[in-house]
Amino acid sequence: MTEADAAPAARRRFLGLAAAALAAAAAAPLEAQPVGTSARILILGAGAAGITAANQLARRVEGAAITLVDPRREHLYQPGLSLVATGLKPEGYVLSRTREWLPAGVTLVEEAVAAIDPEARRVTTDAGRALGYDFLIVALGLALDDDAIEGFSRDMIGTNGLGALYGGPQDAARTWAAVSAYAEKGGLAVFTRPATEMKCAGAPLKHCFLVDDIASRGAAGARREILYAANNKALFSVPIVSEKVRMLFETRRIGAVHDHVLKAIEPGRRIATFATPEGDVEIGYDYLHVIPPQRAPRPVRESGLSWADRWTDQGWVEVDPHSLRHRRYPEVFAVGDVAGVPKGKTAASVKWQVPVMVDHLVAALQGREGTARYDGYTSCPLITRVGRAMLVEFDYANNLAPSFPGVIAPLEELWISWLIKELALKPTYLAMLRGDA
Amino acid sequence: MKDLTLGMVIAVWEEMFGPALFWGMAGAAAVVTLLYLYVLIRDRRVSWRKFLLAQLAMPFGAAAAVGFVWRITHSGLRDVGGPVDVIVLMGVAAAGAVGAAVLVYTAQSLVRRPAAEE
Ligand SMILES: Cc1cc2nc3c(=O)[nH]c(=O)nc-3n(C[C@H](O)[C@H](O)[C@H](O)COP(=O)(O)OP(=O)(O)OC[C@H]3O[C@@H](n4cnc5c(N)ncnc54)[C@H](O)[C@@H]3O)c2cc1C
Repeated sequence: MTEADAAPAARRRFLGLAAAALAAAAAAPLEAQPVGTSARILILGAGAAGITAANQLARRVEGAAITLVDPRREHLYQPGLSLVATGLKPEGYVLSRTREWLPAGVTLVEEAVAAIDPEARRVTTDAGRALGYDFLIVALGLALDDDAIEGFSRDMIGTNGLGALYGGPQDAARTWAAVSAYAEKGGLAVFTRPATEMKCAGAPLKHCFLVDDIASRGAAGARREILYAANNKALFSVPIVSEKVRMLFETRRIGAVHDHVLKAIEPGRRIATFATPEGDVEIGYDYLHVIPPQRAPRPVRESGLSWADRWTDQGWVEVDPHSLRHRRYPEVFAVGDVAGVPKGKTAASVKWQVPVMVDHLVAALQGREGTARYDGYTSCPLITRVGRAMLVEFDYANNLAPSFPGVIAPLEELWISWLIKELALKPTYLAMLRGDA
Repeated sequence: MKDLTLGMVIAVWEEMFGPALFWGMAGAAAVVTLLYLYVLIRDRRVSWRKFLLAQLAMPFGAAAAVGFVWRITHSGLRDVGGPVDVIVLMGVAAAGAVGAAVLVYTAQSLVRRPAAEE
């Protein structure tokens, strides 16, 4: 495995920025002695970030009461939804049981968080249970605001040329029904993205590229027209990636319109209405992919933990971008999609965020300051057709942060990147959940 | 991806084929390798006639391995996009070729004793 050995060393040379985070993260598993404590650590949400945090903490502390709160029994491997929505994987591919991933000794409360009171250090569930804490980790992910799109509801997915793959495995499977119908009939396919922050900002592009490719091989063939409706002036938030996508769109003859934010649909007549700087614009479609606006879950928005002056319509938690510690309540941390940091709403980011958060929390238990630092690592393998993808990895500063510099070129459409997405990503994700990666 | 450990590489393979098929194949490969070593030690020499036939099996092994990888990953030759892809493809083909050669050589040696050959 000379390639694997060489990669971390090469990265340290190439990317001084990433090196600090890497070294800190690499050092963590080596600290053999768990820290003794009787602290009550409460983790809200048992998704990618919550489970990873529970497993890493269980190894680092001894005697703590670690409690997770999440009503959902099944765990979703969400990066797989893009593959389910294009018929490449079955629904079951993304599903597992939450309890399967939990370390021994942690308590799972299968109730929904109803309220968070950071002043009283108390969380209340929908069943009326009150949970006190010494440290709180908010990992509630995000909520899809379906109602923000007039005329849209999730039970319509799969009919009348309507797709929406973000809601879960059933929605993704029904999206595939709409996509396969489009691949036979052809016509105009329109792809949207919300004007809010969103998880995996590459997913709307992936879906666009995949549907184009599948339709090009289907009966639709030349009778297809593809239109990407961007919410702002860019195709992706990182300029160099946006430029690359623009070039790919040109070669694939995929059209793009800018400053188009979906606000309403008329499913029966297949008309989508977009808010634009010039007023509302109606576009008729044969296939439409909807991604609703995304916000912090309601209990977070009502808790007083959100930023007061940024993302005010979305409510992400006000944390320091490098330590993920709350700026006003030092015993509170936020990791995963709910954290109020620029970028970072991917499972790959969770993998880099959690060790940093754990370092600061464990340091606090010992009465010192943590040293690990998160620099915004975010990654989303951008599928450009069935069989090829580009590794897109970047940080807060819009720098590319390639994992395999000199071996796997970023921003290049490669088969090996597709193999990574199709084969290696899910095991990597599951190893992360267990705290092994 | 932050680091690559043997455990993770094994997890990747388990995911690719499912644990049962993966460990079955790994077990089969280990058994064939051990048998190959066994016949080499037993016969104390390489039989060039058997080796010739084994060589003829190599292209078939290479093609089978590449075809297998393409099938399980919904991809094909047209997806090769850069030098690293060519290297990966050649690696898969080489592994298939060597595997087929070892398998054919070992099978011949087990079926026919060296005395029967000359
Ligand atoms: C279509 C799609 C494609 C993606 N592709 C990629 C990709 O290629 N690469 C990548 O790295 N990432 C990808 N992601 C992003 C990745 O899945 C998320 O960033 C990751 O899951 C975030 O983890 P999290 O723990 O913050 O949120 P989640 O994993 O969503 O977990 C949040 C948890 O909180 C729980 N919860 C919510 N509200 C409450 C409440 N009131 N009380 C209690 N519990 C609650 C939920 O039940 C859930 O279990 C993709 C996401 C989608 C949707």
